[in-house]
Amino acid sequence: MSGHVVSMRLYLGIFLALLFLTGLTTAVAYIDMGWMNTVVALVIAFIKMMLVILFFMHVKYSSGLIRIVVLAGFFWLAIMLTFTMADELTRQWTGSPHGWGPAISSSQKP
Amino acid sequence: MSETASSGLLPHAERHHEAHPPELRHHFETEEQQHETSTLGMWVFLATEILFFGGLFTAYTIYRSFYLPGFEAGSHLLNIKAGAANTAVLIGSSFTMASAVHAAQTGKRKMLIICLILTMLLGCVFLGIKYTEYAEHWHEHQVPGLNWDGAATFPNSAPNGSVELFFCFYFFMTALHATHMIIGLGIMTVMLIFSWKGRFSEKYFSPIEISGLYWHFVDIVWIFLFPLLYLIGGRYH
Repeated sequence: MSGHVVSMRLYLGIFLALLFLTGLTTAVAYIDMGWMNTVVALVIAFIKMMLVILFFMHVKYSSGLIRIVVLAGFFWLAIMLTFTMADELTRQWTGSPHGWGPAISSSQKP
Repeated sequence: MSETASSGLLPHAERHHEAHPPELRHHFETEEQQHETSTLGMWVFLATEILFFGGLFTAYTIYRSFYLPGFEAGSHLLNIKAGAANTAVLIGSSFTMASAVHAAQTGKRKMLIICLILTMLLGCVFLGIKYTEYAEHWHEHQVPGLNWDGAATFPNSAPNGSVELFFCFYFFMTALHATHMIIGLGIMTVMLIFSWKGRFSEKYFSPIEISGLYWHFVDIVWIFLFPLLYLIGGRYH
């Protein structure tokens, strides 16, 4: 059977890139960038994930069928995160209806 | 149809023995199709795993947005060196796992066995480092529900409850991840035995490949756990 054989050289390159990014993300955590710290950490984690998925997990060389299943997995995760956060983050945007105030505010989070 | 009819009386194995190589199950037309099917099945399973961990990641995101100061204070109490070292160890194990797949694809049995053993060793190193971290937190009375003592961690004052919540997430997320590592070590043991018996070849290596997919997935989970738990807690203070 054929199957795409990825060269050891490429694997080694990906491995070194992943190690470099790990060092980078750790070092950057000590620099105060405010809310950007979270963004940078997640962007680096995303890049690392893509390197692992595309090369170590061979998705770059996989068929469209495999790729769409991979995408579907992450798409459903995105639905869960987006819809949950859309609710949680916007709840306080509108005031409580008249007369509901005490009941709601007593059960609200601090 | 005539072929089945003519050989209908023969036992199953005999009928198919000559028709295809032993690794190719006869409900598949080609080895490529068989390999594609295995890979697809593994990815469907991994899609469920993404959502399995995803529930915890979503809950973590919500509570972090509620109690940011407590979560940052909790993150400060984690051992960042151990976390970074474990990330490197796990990336190393992914590299040896990828090399194992390469060895299987090119029919190098000896290299395949060595790579699998290295992968398992690095997996054990990861769990060892994780154990020392857990032991440290236990010693510091930072295990919610078992021996949590906020006063020991914050003598002066503090957002105790939300730090305890952070540690709940820390232990559940890392323990679920560690459980996956242990399952992975079990899978690798089986793969090692199969490789030892010479079950794999250039023509048949799907089990190695899809075990690798599982191993890499567990690595990816850690790639996100490391920044979320250890790094984004205001280390610069």
